[in-house]
Amino acid sequence: MQGYFYALADRLAQELASGEVLNLLLDGERSDFVRLSRGRVRQAGRVQRGMLGLRLIARRRQTAFEGELSGQLDEDLTVLGAALARLREQLRYLPGDPYLMLPAEPRSSERMLDGAAPRARELIAAVLEAARGLDLVGIWASGERYAGFASSLGQRNWHASASFNLDWSCHLAGDKAVKGRYAGSAWSPAELPARMGRVREQLAVMGRPPWTPAPGRYRAYLAPAALGEILGLLGWGAFGLKSQRTGESALIRMLTEGQRLHPAVTLTEEHARGLVPDFTNEGFIKPPRVTLVESGVCRDGLASARSAAEYRTTVNAGCESVESLAMEPGTLAGTQVLEALDTGLYINDLWYTNYSDLRSCRITGMTRFACFWVEQGQIQAPVSVMRFDESLYELLGSRLLALSAERELILDASTYGGRSRRSFRLPGVLVDGLALTL
Amino acid sequence: MLREAAEAFSRQAPGLAFWSLRLVDEWDEGLSMRQGVLLPVHGRRSRGALLSVVQGGGMGYAATSDLSAHGLLAATGEAAAWAEASAGINLVPVDLLPRPSHRGHYQTPIQHPWEGLALTDKLALLADADRALDIHERIVDREASLAYRRTDVLLVTSSGAWIEQRLHDLTPGLRAVANRGSLTQQRTGGGAQSGRRGGLEQLAALGFADEAPQLAEQALQLLDAPECPEGHCDLILLPRQMTLQIHESIGHPLELDRILGDERNYAGTSFVTRDMFGRYRYGSELLNVTFDPGCPGELAGYAFDDEGTPAERVYLIRAGILERPLGGVVSQARSGLPGTANARASDWYRPPIDRMANLNLEPGTDSLETLIGEVEQGVLMDANRSWSIDDSRNKFQFGCEIGWVIRDGERQGMVRNPNYRGVSTGFWRSLDGVGAASTFRVEGVVSCGKGEPNQMIRVGHAAPACLFRGVDVFGGAG
Repeated sequence: MQGYFYALADRLAQELASGEVLNLLLDGERSDFVRLSRGRVRQAGRVQRGMLGLRLIARRRQTAFEGELSGQLDEDLTVLGAALARLREQLRYLPGDPYLMLPAEPRSSERMLDGAAPRARELIAAVLEAARGLDLVGIWASGERYAGFASSLGQRNWHASASFNLDWSCHLAGDKAVKGRYAGSAWSPAELPARMGRVREQLAVMGRPPWTPAPGRYRAYLAPAALGEILGLLGWGAFGLKSQRTGESALIRMLTEGQRLHPAVTLTEEHARGLVPDFTNEGFIKPPRVTLVESGVCRDGLASARSAAEYRTTVNAGCESVESLAMEPGTLAGTQVLEALDTGLYINDLWYTNYSDLRSCRITGMTRFACFWVEQGQIQAPVSVMRFDESLYELLGSRLLALSAERELILDASTYGGRSRRSFRLPGVLVDGLALTL
Repeated sequence: MLREAAEAFSRQAPGLAFWSLRLVDEWDEGLSMRQGVLLPVHGRRSRGALLSVVQGGGMGYAATSDLSAHGLLAATGEAAAWAEASAGINLVPVDLLPRPSHRGHYQTPIQHPWEGLALTDKLALLADADRALDIHERIVDREASLAYRRTDVLLVTSSGAWIEQRLHDLTPGLRAVANRGSLTQQRTGGGAQSGRRGGLEQLAALGFADEAPQLAEQALQLLDAPECPEGHCDLILLPRQMTLQIHESIGHPLELDRILGDERNYAGTSFVTRDMFGRYRYGSELLNVTFDPGCPGELAGYAFDDEGTPAERVYLIRAGILERPLGGVVSQARSGLPGTANARASDWYRPPIDRMANLNLEPGTDSLETLIGEVEQGVLMDANRSWSIDDSRNKFQFGCEIGWVIRDGERQGMVRNPNYRGVSTGFWRSLDGVGAASTFRVEGVVSCGKGEPNQMIRVGHAAPACLFRGVDVFGGAG
């Protein structure tokens, strides 16, 4: 696909008039998706697609088009040639764009991540076999992902990966269920049975009579996936430069009133993790990392090319939401978590978070899957699904007791528009009080 | 193009137990002006096909953007390979899968086509709206946008179906953000987060031309408004918030694939169970909910769903009693329940699943003034800002952009950060007043997410203003 993409770029560059710049952007996949329900296959298939973007720039004006590639060179050139003519015609009627920003000089790059997507059709029976006797629901997604940038100024960038992501849950009655995840670039035959074994162990606990806490504050441990749900909401807009400059960031009190999180909280956008392309849609190369929060204090915002131009700073991100978030670990050993929690809630997963008060960074959401009530370091019972409503300034501020020493790399299983490249590397957090409301 | 591809494939289609070919050609255009600056004009064409195959006791699909005869045949091979791989381990017996044979054609009625207005005139509309939002220095961000989608869908099956549909959507929006120090308030309107089926004539119905000054003014007023009071009181929701309330706590719980368990790993399950249909009291006697694919201008109007089932208006809840779920032909066969024509796919590369379409709460008889007059102490809320609900679609908490206190039957001062929480099963039974047609608005949700692999789809909701008794409401910390 890389050669095909560059050939299209070369051919289209020949059609440009003097003073025109053309950027091409490719986002594609060749993926197998298997939807699983009740331990069987609900829907299974293959998706092959490549969306090509064109951005024509001339006289500080710009306009853009995206279209699916057919993979047939003559047909694609015909469609893209017509699109280019349309963009050229459109430019005549558009005003200059004061926030148009292009790289000062071309910087080409290439990254092919090691790995080979396992053969889904052969493995799916093994997945179901590992879950024999369980009511398993979930999604298998695997295959190749690729992205490219090419400019008529000569820049060429390519990013390719092959991976799999099995995201599932096993259910007892109603909403009593345990979550399982196995994702990566190298499939290990022994790993899935081991993970399924841990799911079976937790299911045994989920079978006990549930405990329904009364509304109030409870000491709690949030496992990395639960913390990821909260930071995923925060990362959607709170770190974006535009939202910070327009007062729409949920961290507005940190930005305007000196509010701080706990000194142990350091958050970075780890572009260097490499799962996301190192280039932006405009061809800028991202820095290895961006420090978002350092020792509880807000640092840099994520600046896309457009915001960087508007607010006169440097481009440091492709978009203004997090894609490779990392949180520094603490010292609480995994084996000591239950003892440190002593009596309280062990929360594996949270879900459906949203803001209940943006100014106070107050977030509401639900517990989901295997969450347990712990007494004196011993798991006692599953906890009924509960709603929490808590300010981040409490959760990762005044009530934060400890961060786990081990971090988990969570590969996002979402597939809107294509298989996600987003990931989190997070510890768990022990907090002295999480407010349950309903 | 789609017809030629379908005809060429039909002539060469291999002998399979069953195949269906869904071809989609979708064209999007987006224009947006933020703070007086035009964002890059954007066009997008997404064209491709999904081939579904039943073979050897299994079912598989393949999606390709190569619509040549060679490309479609190659995809057929991929789909057949998945069909064979799933045989014996598939959840749904292949004899329950639909074999549609309808032939039909449908097009969204439009009065003023998108293409009929020149680009420069559309930019002038944006500039007018942008200026109307720019009323004060504390309006720190503002945006006006116009977006249009034309979708051509052709469904052809080996069982004889040939269904062509052309759909037009208009999704404009206005947004004003006011800020003072650490306090920020936002108002949206003019179709934001909603939209309608149709042409440019829908701009007026969505308030695009008229709402900008009021939205900006209200965003400013919210900076000085007190926080919404906390307490247990009556609640009146206007249609833009009713949209969200219907969507989350009626629409999703009634999706039959959720009830059957397919969504338990992602979007969640449902508190509704199969035995409830025909007898369960979902809400008060005032609650009447329909699935209505023919409601004019509503965002999910169509004549056939993506499996080729003819769409018609049916009651889901009548006089508060639950009658039928939202489920397409496959889910109906699996469950033994009646359903709706709502097997829909978000894109050409996703298979159909049970989705909401046009889901409406039927109007009652009360004017808004009458509803307000029946409240001794309460809050009136509009325009969704925050939403969260549990995976059974029961415990919810929703926040709105704007609210007003009601005391002794009169609307009083504006309040900011109005939120309310409740439990679906009790909430709808507390419905004690339903607005008349004069309060009824056609709205929608442009980004309903569901399914594995994930699918984002547009759905329509229409509702009047509604009065609920005894709801927990609260505001921000101040």
